[in-house]
Amino acid sequence: MRKFISVMLVAAMAVTALTGCGSNSSSSSKKDADKYYIGGIGPTTGATAIYGTAVKNGAQIAVDEINAAGGINGKQIEYRFEDDQNDAEKAVNAYNTLKDWGMQMLVGTTTTAPCIAVAGKTASDNVFQITPSASSPDVLSSGNGNVFQVCFTDPNQGVASAQYIAENKLPTKIGIIYDSSDVYSSGIEEKFEAEAKTQGLNIVSKAAFTADSKTDFGTQLQKAKDAGADLLFLPIYYQEASIILKQADTMGYKPKFFGVDGMDGILTVENFDTKLAEDVMLLTPFAADAKNKSVQNFVKTYKEKYKDTPNQFAADSYDAVYALKAAIEESKATTDMSASDMCDALKGAMTKIKMQGLTGGEDGLTWNESGEVTKSPKAVIIKNGAYKAM
Amino acid sequence: MKKSNMKSINKQTKSMLITYAMVIAVFIIVEIMISTGMMSSLMQGLLVPLCIYSIVAIGLNLCVGYLGELSLGHAGFMCVGAFSSAVFSKCMMTSGMNETLRFILALLIGTVVAAVFGWLIGIPVLRLRGDYLAIVTLAFGEIIKNVINVMYLGRDSKGFHFSIKDSASLNMQADGKMIIDGAKGIVGTPNQSTFVVGIIIILISLFVSFNLVNSRTGRAIMAIRDNRIAAESVGINITKYKLMAFTISAAIAGAGGVLYAHNLSTLTALPANFGYNMSIMILVFVVLGGMGSFRGSIIAAVVLTMLPEVLRGLADYRMLIYAIVLIIMMLFNWAPKAIEWREKHSLKRMFGKKEKAEEVQ
Repeated sequence: MRKFISVMLVAAMAVTALTGCGSNSSSSSKKDADKYYIGGIGPTTGATAIYGTAVKNGAQIAVDEINAAGGINGKQIEYRFEDDQNDAEKAVNAYNTLKDWGMQMLVGTTTTAPCIAVAGKTASDNVFQITPSASSPDVLSSGNGNVFQVCFTDPNQGVASAQYIAENKLPTKIGIIYDSSDVYSSGIEEKFEAEAKTQGLNIVSKAAFTADSKTDFGTQLQKAKDAGADLLFLPIYYQEASIILKQADTMGYKPKFFGVDGMDGILTVENFDTKLAEDVMLLTPFAADAKNKSVQNFVKTYKEKYKDTPNQFAADSYDAVYALKAAIEESKATTDMSASDMCDALKGAMTKIKMQGLTGGEDGLTWNESGEVTKSPKAVIIKNGAYKAM
Repeated sequence: MKKSNMKSINKQTKSMLITYAMVIAVFIIVEIMISTGMMSSLMQGLLVPLCIYSIVAIGLNLCVGYLGELSLGHAGFMCVGAFSSAVFSKCMMTSGMNETLRFILALLIGTVVAAVFGWLIGIPVLRLRGDYLAIVTLAFGEIIKNVINVMYLGRDSKGFHFSIKDSASLNMQADGKMIIDGAKGIVGTPNQSTFVVGIIIILISLFVSFNLVNSRTGRAIMAIRDNRIAAESVGINITKYKLMAFTISAAIAGAGGVLYAHNLSTLTALPANFGYNMSIMILVFVVLGGMGSFRGSIIAAVVLTMLPEVLRGLADYRMLIYAIVLIIMMLFNWAPKAIEWREKHSLKRMFGKKEKAEEVQ
């Protein structure tokens, strides 16, 4: 009997293994040499799905636009996006799937920890990677020069937040609530605290939560309230932030709230009363209501196609695809290059290009050799359920 | 009497040899496929994780299938093994030590540290009866994960610095480097886990497990599982044998953790990889593969780890299909009707009938 089961299972295994190989051979034979193959990775399922979906859609719009306008150097782009569930191991699997598909450049990954793992792989395979939103400096160091970022790094966000609060004379008695089990959140918190000291801001309370206990923030809020914090700095993702806003409201605690780019998306949380987010400030390089013409076009297309207002992640990935286009044009990389040759060509070109993009602000986007982007952070405030530039 | 005894031993040895042969055959097939370029990068990337989960499933099977105790904290032992070995590798990276030697030492350290934790937990808990081990191991896994998330360990020219507050309170010199950076975990562990190493560790764990199970000690362990009072009455030292089996089980999980740590360039203790979900995942491998069957554990671990990746083409539906497959496998393995049907239609029975018929003739 047991033998029978094992025979069955071995058969099942063999079948799955064969399908794995089968799809590989068919995809490589399908490959059209006259196209640029761009892959994308991000979570489209799970708790952080909103970011992956935004990155996927943002890049799709850019690809469609470029293809409609005649492609890059007259060549069309093929684009494919894979899910990683915000898990490092799954991200590497997604990366390998894309490699089988014939990917030459990677737009991704969306979140930080998976990105570090994938950067390790792109470094050893020599594949060019541009991440729209993985913001830790570790991404760059483990990518060994192959990885470029479109978003600010975490230290920059922490420092910029502290400077912004100090310069704009916001309340200086500050409470912090952050996710100590999250790379992104604790990275920003650390730098914010260091910079706050030099800016003369007074951090009166600091409370952490972890990924296991992110449904109730009563204790953390009470701590901030008891310490008399007038401004609550929330370097966290939007789901938790929405709960915090709700609970603070029920407690009758009304400080000012200040978030970073992870807060972007708070207005789209289901069953969340957007009135609670009134006057929340956040630091994001992209505001959907900007007067800029390219931004307005992007927002219009996005709304038509996906029935949703694009957030900063969508804008970053849109810019990432255009940065790739600029770099390909600069380096004259051709479609028949291998991923490795393409990487060497693009790496050199990235530091030479300068583009406006959606998130570039007044000075545009430029990159240095380590892969870090230079752009100026913008603070927005939520008024009547929409972002307003400050 | 003598004959049937002989037969049962042969059966055990046979099953053991089939398992070894299966692992080696898979290894040879995979190596041939890689060298002829027939294997996709996805499958190549999956090889090491498949080995890791097989190893941990073997370890847990020892605990669940033979000791008869439910452990819900094997991801915790993996975590301990992973972090201790990664810290060692990271510290020794700049020392110019031979890379192979460093990896072997890291493996030993990870295994031993996991074993020590298993032993420490076992001392009080295995003396108790009932489901206490399940409860305590569940708690252990969660505690370990949270402790690692607040640990900061750095090293500079003056030596090691440790804190559980934040990285700024380490007060390191300018040349200081973080080793464990709280929730950011360990970044930049050397990638030394390969398929060959994974297969070798699977074979070693199988060797250890089979030898333990088929020895006098193993019979004592199974006697405790089947009837504690009877075992006690013939003079078996219950705590000693339980502790031994549990420690070995934890050590094997630790070895799996070492491979995990050296597979990716980032190591973080998240609920997804070292939380109780993972512990239960490993338990699912063991239960679906058949408790007490190491071969079954390996097969279940391989099939269930591969399934969601192979089904990538189905986009978001794959998680749905994965769940359905789990339910079907469970029904197939354990539902009384399914067992009845299987017995009616099993190949063995058909062959057995034939043999009998021949005998009659």
